[in-house]
This record gives sequence, structure tokens and C-alpha cells, in this order.
Amino acid sequence: MSDASTMDVINNFLATKGIYSLVLILLFLGLYGMIVSNNYMKKMMAMNVMQVAVIFFYLCFAQKDGGMIPILNGITTDPNAYINPLPHALMLTAIVVSLGTTGVALALLMRIKEAYGSAEEDEVLRRADK
Amino acid sequence: MSQHFPVLIVLLPLSAALLSPFFSFMYRQAGKWIAVAALAGSFLCSVGLLLQVTAGGGQAIHYYMGNWVPPLGIEFVVDPINAVIVAMITFLAMCTAIYSTPFLKKSNWLYMGGYYTLMALLCVGLSGMTLTGDVFNLYVYLEIASLSGYGLIALGGNKGTLAAFRYLLIGTIGASLYLLAIGFMYSMTGSLNMADLSVLLQDKMDYPLMIMVIGLLIAAFGIKAALFPFHGWQPDSYTYSHPGAAPLISGAMSKVPAYAMLRFFFYLFGAQHLFVQHGLTVIGILGALGIILGSVMAIAQDDFRRMLAYSSVAQIGYIAVGLAIGSMYGLIGAILHIINHAFMKGSLFMAIGGVQYRFGEFRISQLGQLNKKMPFTVFTICVAALGMIGIPPAGGFFSKIYIMQGAMETGQYIYIAVLVISSLLNAVYFFRVMENIFVNPDAGLKEINPTAGKLELPLQMLIPIVLFGIIILALGFCNASVVDCIIKLGLPEVFLG
Repeated sequence: MSDASTMDVINNFLATKGIYSLVLILLFLGLYGMIVSNNYMKKMMAMNVMQVAVIFFYLCFAQKDGGMIPILNGITTDPNAYINPLPHALMLTAIVVSLGTTGVALALLMRIKEAYGSAEEDEVLRRADK
Repeated sequence: MSQHFPVLIVLLPLSAALLSPFFSFMYRQAGKWIAVAALAGSFLCSVGLLLQVTAGGGQAIHYYMGNWVPPLGIEFVVDPINAVIVAMITFLAMCTAIYSTPFLKKSNWLYMGGYYTLMALLCVGLSGMTLTGDVFNLYVYLEIASLSGYGLIALGGNKGTLAAFRYLLIGTIGASLYLLAIGFMYSMTGSLNMADLSVLLQDKMDYPLMIMVIGLLIAAFGIKAALFPFHGWQPDSYTYSHPGAAPLISGAMSKVPAYAMLRFFFYLFGAQHLFVQHGLTVIGILGALGIILGSVMAIAQDDFRRMLAYSSVAQIGYIAVGLAIGSMYGLIGAILHIINHAFMKGSLFMAIGGVQYRFGEFRISQLGQLNKKMPFTVFTICVAALGMIGIPPAGGFFSKIYIMQGAMETGQYIYIAVLVISSLLNAVYFFRVMENIFVNPDAGLKEINPTAGKLELPLQMLIPIVLFGIIILALGFCNASVVDCIIKLGLPEVFLG
């Protein structure tokens, strides 16, 4: 009996907030990767993972049960029948920004590799101090 | 024409930024001229805007982008405070663009065009962040400013590239946290417009989610403004950035996020709410720690630029303490210090950039008898140092006294103690500089860029340097009129009572 109610609680949690927990885990995975990895390339990839987690967060709260895509179809103009397109539009901008950030990061990383002959953080810092 | 000033401030440098490489390709100097002209036009527009908004008695001017009415459209909101800050940014950008021309004398068209593109884009990002009335728009401008900032830092050579990359990693965390915070606010209210949010959030301010929002905002703007525990990126970035761009980067880039933080806490949320007060207390503690730690670290440096960078950590602490006090005088002090510090730090970086241009030297111990060789530059260093320490005629004294008055009024005496101690520490490291300049024997510096004629530096560098020294003094003499005629008009009504 108690097993069934525990399962209910878990199911309920997963149905309502499960996706947000996953997003949170993804965000902290990204942050963790940026802190612990020694390679600058890996740090940058972890940074991208973190940015994607934020984008997922927006897409999750824009989701609505039974909503349809926001295209005027001649049947209804009731806003409750459509999902909100604004978070998706915002995230389109955020994706472009993250693309730009990645581009600048890669360009800088190439320069660092040329100048110091390595992309490992401890190695680069040791050579930079000389 | 004059009703379009808010958008022209952003639009002029943006178009110049995009055109600059093409004009440089046709004629190498043209890219520089177009950028300087656009920044000058942008400065004139911001002065016009400041006159407009103060003439209207502090009534905020709203500019609807493409005539889309908010909360659906994006708007620029101009009140007296952000008008004066944007005038400061555009003036700093214009002077820095003129100042950096001798550094680019031997560069090819691509470098020249690219440099001025980044410079104009940085000005776009910073002034857009100050003017916008939309939280997501602020994120976009924040990223424009950051990305062009990374570029300008990376132009400073190999160490600059490394500093820029490390700043990029940390700065992106800050921007992502900000995006998360506005995501929470949007999911609570369904609005992104600041004026709309400030109404819709009022009955939601005791939701637990607001703790998250405030914490994320402190972390995000703390990273961008180099508030104490988040300042790790800053000393390297300021030290190794391109010497021509350093005045703008050090003067404006970390002040604007501090102003954005002020706007969120006092205009959007309202300081009367419990969570906001706790958030402000956290900012105050971090600021106070930053003041002490930054000043102590600055004493230990021999590189002049690195010393200035650590002193910036301390100066951001003053602004944070001014916010944390949260009374009328505290806020006035914080805003006045944003303006004062931009000019003080900008002028010090200009001065050391000038020494670096002529002698290739930036170590404090090598500056002996510099007053004989570069009297005007040393004048500006002295005036700015007086301002940093807080000695009366210079502007820095007055912002500190306002912050202290605010702390006295609200009984937060610990902040007064911190401010007094840090003034002493500031005196230690700036008097060390002056001792090295005036007392030490001549270090026998070799000129790498000998100047023709009697001038100590090329005129494009000398005029901004001297002008900034005079502005620091003028801000001190005119502080009462700046506060009464401009800043007081724009404070939230609750403080004026």
C-alpha cells in the first residue's frame, strides 16, 4: 500500500518537475566540467553544455498540454489554444549568441595553441609565467 | 530629430562598426575617422538627451523601437541617471578612440578596421545596456559588450589572448546565470519589459523563487562587474588588454553591470522587500571584503596596470557598499562613484598607456623622475591618485563622503570603518607611485617612440589625458550641481519622501 503511494509521489514528481531536475543536472554538469577539466577545449565544450541547459529550461516552461503550434489556422484565435512562441524566439537569439561566443572562444584558443604550443591549462600557465 | 536621440546613440556607433573595415580597406585612415565621428555624434546625442531629460524635470523619456508599444515591443527608457551614465560612456569611448590612434600607426588596414569595429561595438553594448527598458534586450547588449571586450583584450598580445579566453569562460557563466534569472521572472509574470515587470512582480516578491532570482542576479552582475569573489578574471584582463583600449575597458566595462544591478534592485524589485534587503546585505559584505582585499593586493604589485586592476576591485566594492546602504545618500554616492571612478581609472590607464607608448615601461619602480620628461601625464596621475584616495578637490572625495553619510544615517558604522581603512591603504599605494616618480633617481628609460618637437606625447594622446585630469577636478567642484540637477531627479520616489 505504502509502496504504491511512494510510486505515486515519484511519478507525480517526474511528471511535473522531472524535466527541470534533468535540466538542473545538465547545468551543473556543465559548470562541473568547466571547473575540473584541465584542457581548454574541454572547458569550452562544458561551457556549451551549460548554455544548452539554459536553453532547455526556457523550452521546458514554454511547453503546454494540448497547445498547438502558433500558426493562425482559421479555426480559433483563442490564445489558450496555442503554445507561447516567445521563449522559442528568445532562445533563437540565445543560440546565436552562444554560437558567437563559441566562435570567439575557438579563435582565441587557436591563438593560444599557436603561442604556447599547448591547450592544457597548467602547461599554458607555466609557459605564460616565464 | 531630437526625439530619436536614444536610438541614435546606439545606431551611430553600430553602423560605424560595420562600415569601418570596408572604409579601412579603401583608405587605411578612413575606418578610424568614421568610428571617431560616429562616437562623437553619439556623444552629442547623449548630451542632447541629458539636456532634454533634465529640462523635463526628470520625467523619463520612453522611446519605442519601431513604434511597437510595450510591454509587447522593446523600449528605451531614459531617466536622468542613465542619461548621465550614457553620456559618460560615449565621452569615454570617443576620447579612447582618439587616444588610441598613435598605437595603430604601423598597423595594416584589417587591424585598423577591426580595432575600431570592436571599439564602436563595445560602446554600443555598454550604452545599450544602460538605456534599454527590456530585460532580454539587456542580455543581448551585455553579450555585444562582452564579445567585443574579449576581442579588445585579446589584441594586447599573447598574454592578452590567454586573459581574454579565461575571461570568456567566466563571463559566459555570468551571462548564462543572468539568462536563467530572467527565465524565472518571465515564467512568473509572462513579461520582459522592466516597467511592466516592476508592477507584476510586486505581489510575488515573497515567493521562494525570488531568492533564486536575486542570488542569480548577484552572481551574474557580480561576475561582469568584478565584485570581490568573482574578480578572478579581472587583473589579467586589465593588465594585458590592448593599451589603447584599456581606458574604455577599465573605465566603463565593469561599471555598467553595477548600474544594471542598481536598476534591478531599486527600480524593478524595490528595496523594501525582505529578500531584496538580504540580497543587498550580501552585496555589501562582498563589497566590503573586496575593498580591503583589493587594496591590500594593489599594494603588493609592481606592475602599474596590475595595481590599477586590483584597485578597481576595491572601487567596485565602494559602489556595492553604496547600494547596500540603500538610502538616498548611499545611492547618490554609488552613482556618483560610477561616474568618478570611470574617469579616474580611465585617466590612470591613459597615463600609463602614454608612458608605455613612449618608453615601453609600466613597472612602478622604473618611473623615477618621470615628472621631468612627462609633466602633463604626471599631473593627471597625481590628480587621479588624489581622487582615488579621496582628497577634497578631486571628485572621488565627494562620492566617498556621500556613501559615508548614508552609512551614518542608517547606522551601518562598519562600512565607515571599511571606507576609512581603505582610504589609508589607497594612500599607501598611490603615494608609493608618487614617491617613485618624484623622489627616486632617474631610471634611464630608453625612448622607443621618440616624439618630435617639444610635446611629451602625440597630441591625440596628450589632449585626452589632460582633459581627463581637468574633468576629475571639475567633477569635484561641481559635485553639488551634478547631484542636485541630475542624480536626485532620477532616484526612486521612496527615497525623496
